[in-house]
Amino acid sequence: MAIEAEEPDRRDFLVLAASAFAAVGGAMTLWPFIQQMNPDAGAQALASIEVDLSPVKVGQAITVLWRGKPVFIRHRTEEEIAVAKAVPMKDLIDEYARNAALPEDALATDPNRTKDGHENWLIMVGICTHLGCVPKGQAQGDSRGDFGGWLCPCHGSHYDTAGRIRKGPAPRNLEVPVYNFVSGSLIKIG
Amino acid sequence: MSGISYSSYKPTTKVGKWMDERLPVGRMFHAQFVDFPTPRNLNYWWTFGGILSFCLMAQIVTGIVLAMHYQPSGEMAFDSVERIRRDVNFGWLIRNLHAVGASMFFIAAYVHIFRGLYYGSYKAPREILWIIGVIIFIVMMATAFMGYSLPWGQMSFWGVTVITNLFSSIDSIVPGLGTTVVEWLWGGYSVTGVTLNRFFSLHYLLPFVLAGLVVLHVWALHVVGQNSPMGLDVKTPSDGVPFTPYATSKDAVGMFAFLLFFCWFAFFLPDYLGHADNYVEANPLVTPPHIVPEWYFLPFYAILRAIPSKLGGVIAMFGAIAILVLVPWLDTSKVRSTKYRPLYRWFFWLFVFSCVALGWLGSKPAEAEYVFWARVFTFYYFAHFIVVMPLVGWFEKPLKVPGSITEAVLAKNKGAAAAAPAAKS
Repeated sequence: MAIEAEEPDRRDFLVLAASAFAAVGGAMTLWPFIQQMNPDAGAQALASIEVDLSPVKVGQAITVLWRGKPVFIRHRTEEEIAVAKAVPMKDLIDEYARNAALPEDALATDPNRTKDGHENWLIMVGICTHLGCVPKGQAQGDSRGDFGGWLCPCHGSHYDTAGRIRKGPAPRNLEVPVYNFVSGSLIKIG
Repeated sequence: MSGISYSSYKPTTKVGKWMDERLPVGRMFHAQFVDFPTPRNLNYWWTFGGILSFCLMAQIVTGIVLAMHYQPSGEMAFDSVERIRRDVNFGWLIRNLHAVGASMFFIAAYVHIFRGLYYGSYKAPREILWIIGVIIFIVMMATAFMGYSLPWGQMSFWGVTVITNLFSSIDSIVPGLGTTVVEWLWGGYSVTGVTLNRFFSLHYLLPFVLAGLVVLHVWALHVVGQNSPMGLDVKTPSDGVPFTPYATSKDAVGMFAFLLFFCWFAFFLPDYLGHADNYVEANPLVTPPHIVPEWYFLPFYAILRAIPSKLGGVIAMFGAIAILVLVPWLDTSKVRSTKYRPLYRWFFWLFVFSCVALGWLGSKPAEAEYVFWARVFTFYYFAHFIVVMPLVGWFEKPLKVPGSITEAVLAKNKGAAAAAPAAKS
């Protein structure tokens, strides 16, 4: 091989072509081994559920399982709604609604946390936005924290009656999933 | 072989130098896989060692993925395998690669074994290298057998039943002991989900044992150096070429050809090497009319059925594998390569034919003529090792073996080889 070669020679071309071929082939082979860990068609097929709300009386709450996560459904009392509406925006730790049905910058007002005409129903994913525990406040006799909503037992995050973070380490309000009233008291989550 | 520990490794970076003074992994790999002198006349049969290393790694990688989705219980195993094939993202591909990969692993292993037998790669000083190879073969068979039980189809279930029952033949030596061993293997009074669960555990363990054995196998190879088609060792620098790029690039060519063959099966004939009965869920009440093991066990299965005694058949079957350990001492010839053994060459191909014939007979029902021929070839299988190898070695007059690899290559190329590259060491 010429020592002073300036121009790329045949061997340079072969090494480059072979390396590129190996890199593309390697990446294509790797992809199925990564993709296999993603949720499969079977998991995606279970991505939405329907729930009948008619048995849930005012003041009661139920928890349903959706995509392996607990979803809190609370039938709020008039006082709870009034308290939630009275909170000024500046008192909130997280001022965004975190409602999957609304734009990301929608403010965390009480109407933005519920559906128009169904403000008595508060529906949220029951997973603390701190480190993923399930907050207390669904069952009778649970501590509901300082703001009458939910209290996460792991690290003491307090949520109000609209599921907004008010005190403690959690950074965001409880997430509101996509849901719709299908007919009367029947909702479809997801 | 003084050249083997030679390393032209020169760390260029500060970190490389720092590391080299503390744990010279780079130096070791450079010495063994770059500078290592490999015979300059190796043919493509020598690429199967690298192909086998690839097969083991591929089985481990695809196997770890399958274990993420597989459920090792009697109730869920069959369905979970179907779910892998239908629902899991790319599960069809990974499962096919693993199932077909087992067959490909054995194809490569058989080529590798017959190559060793033909070129006398088991002879001194490679006895330990050969024996580790036989142990690898046995562990591979155990791993494949347990792996085949996991889909929990009819062939899985009845294969496990039949093979574990082989141990019940111990009852004819020590009454009751065979039954005790078999119940211990089963964890019950028959093959159940309990058996499946432990087989899954061992099927996950053994490949890593294999990987350790492969390290020993390669280590032993790099101590004594590679054999060559002429049965000659690398003795002078001109006999060898550096492992990289010469052997690595030749191995890569062999590997790609093998991968084409592999992929053809994995993509177009994934079930060709299996049995339709294994897509029927395991049923302890019904035995399929015709049970056959996977193709790679068929010669040994034919030997088992050829012997008209339960214990005798089992001994013959295990003996057929165990006898390989003694090959370095059974072959009395002073010449390694069959290339220079005009008489033994005929017997070698007769042996290959016997193995293939036993494989074919193993797939046939155990009836009249099939059993007769299975006995004939079983007889030759053992006679080849016990009678032919010692006797032919004594009586045969071998052809003249070249003095060195260089001499043989130069004679073949008639001076044109003067331009051929020589090893740096």
